[in-house]
Amino acid sequence: MTLYLQAHLRHGKDFELKVNHELPLEGVTALFGRSGCGKTTLLRIIAGLERPKGAVVRFGGQHWQRGRQFLPLHKRRIGLVFQEHSLLPHLSARENLLYGYQRTPPEQRRLHPDEVTAMLGIEHLLDRRIDQLSGGQRQRFSLGRALLISPQLLLLDEPMAALDTQTKREIMPFLARMAAESGVPIVMVSHSPDEVTRLADRVVFMQNGQIQNVETLREALARPDSPLFDDAGAASVLEGTLGEAGEDNARPFGPPEARLWLTSSALAAGMNRTRISILARDVSLSLVDPQHISIQNHLPVTIERIDPPRDNRCVVACRTADGQLLLAEITARAVQQLGLATGKQVYALIKSVALLA
Amino acid sequence: MFQLGPAEWQAIEVTFKLCLYTTIILLLLATPLSWWLAQGRTQFRTVVQAIVALPLVLPPTVLGFYLLITLGPRGVVGQTLQDLGFQHLAFSFEGILIASVIYSMPFAVQPLTEAFRNLGRRPVEVASSLGAGAWDRFRTVIFPLSRGGFVVAATLTFAHTLGEFGVILMLGGSIPGETKVLSVLIYDHAEAMNYDAAHSLSLMLLIFAFVTLFVVYSINRRFEVAKL
Repeated sequence: MTLYLQAHLRHGKDFELKVNHELPLEGVTALFGRSGCGKTTLLRIIAGLERPKGAVVRFGGQHWQRGRQFLPLHKRRIGLVFQEHSLLPHLSARENLLYGYQRTPPEQRRLHPDEVTAMLGIEHLLDRRIDQLSGGQRQRFSLGRALLISPQLLLLDEPMAALDTQTKREIMPFLARMAAESGVPIVMVSHSPDEVTRLADRVVFMQNGQIQNVETLREALARPDSPLFDDAGAASVLEGTLGEAGEDNARPFGPPEARLWLTSSALAAGMNRTRISILARDVSLSLVDPQHISIQNHLPVTIERIDPPRDNRCVVACRTADGQLLLAEITARAVQQLGLATGKQVYALIKSVALLA
Repeated sequence: MFQLGPAEWQAIEVTFKLCLYTTIILLLLATPLSWWLAQGRTQFRTVVQAIVALPLVLPPTVLGFYLLITLGPRGVVGQTLQDLGFQHLAFSFEGILIASVIYSMPFAVQPLTEAFRNLGRRPVEVASSLGAGAWDRFRTVIFPLSRGGFVVAATLTFAHTLGEFGVILMLGGSIPGETKVLSVLIYDHAEAMNYDAAHSLSLMLLIFAFVTLFVVYSINRRFEVAKL
């Protein structure tokens, strides 16, 4: 399934959007860029809320806009979730949730209120008035309401931008779960690297109204200068399965040949497939597998690439035994002293790990 | 003091009919117009907005005069109607109904435009994305969320039509049962030195107008939809 977009529009003197791209749609696609780069406008074109002349929007084999042909939003079956809470204020929580469901022909309904309320943990809130819900709860209702039209496509416009950090942490697992369980392709607008690394499978980088490039999250994170890295510098994201905790409360992550032990108390029991993020500066490299050291997580890796030093520090891209990319940030001096080179087998010592979703 | 004769009852009936029809017609016309006006601020919209607001500042006699020469037997509209075998519209109920619709237009359009602006585009976009078509959106989202604006628009239109005088006198004259509305009847009574009759009708209108405005401003405070 792909989404073909061709559009050219101007808003005043300062803003010009020009795109001509075919985007793959499986999983979560993030439109990433600074504010004002046109990502929200692009989302509105996909939704049919903006209708630039001459634009072409094709979803799979279906033309949503081409020449004079224009399918209005209410016929596109798109689930829309906006930045700020957008529940209809004159309806109750339950009426909001079911507004779209009631307008979806029964034969098109694939998701039903019971599963959705359970997935989002809002069963107990159905009879509340809107103003009795917290920001995070409202956003969960918005998500549920959008899911209940059994959409062909979900569009999220910075769904967490208006929430505080605490509420974001509360919503994030639900979004991740929704992306994984609903099977609906998602296009999400975001300017937060954190959101993108947690949720996205693919990143569309936008700048000055144009699409710069489209990469998988892995590719995007393999570049040492990736726009996805914030002040903390380069980071890698590993995907793996989390096992049950042993006696010492540590839980295994990943296959035996590339196993990490996670001890965070924040780990909910029974979580399975998950993503972890490791800052490159928390990874050291050693020529031998050190025995007497407090760092518990050592992985045998193969050096794949050594980036030229910046400020005397090099980012070294290493391949783990299960084929994932792990970035280590070490000094240029260390690279020289250890004689590190592409293809060399070394051990990565990982000091700390952040759990993503 | 409040003894109403057949002439008074007839005038009340004409007035009430005029106010009711004007209100219904105006709500139907003003809703799409106000919606369009609320969608942005282009130059063309500003022109339309100014035209709609004209009756607020023009002397009613100016409006009545232009309507008379347009709708009357020699006017463009009046003559066309006569050529088609109908009556021209001067000195008729239909004529003063058209005049009322134009004259009270700003009192329907302004509160509605204000209400639609306050509503914003988000609820409508949300309803669209949830599969609601245009009429469905109006019925289940736009109307309930701007109900205050509709109440204010309807009440003000009704009350303002009730207070019409100059336009009706210019265009409709004072034909009993056809164009003689309360305000004109009061004028006739006063001219004829029939102060008792003029007084009772005037007091009636005064009380009605006060109650109407009181209701409007109470609603206004509750819904915060229109600033008048």
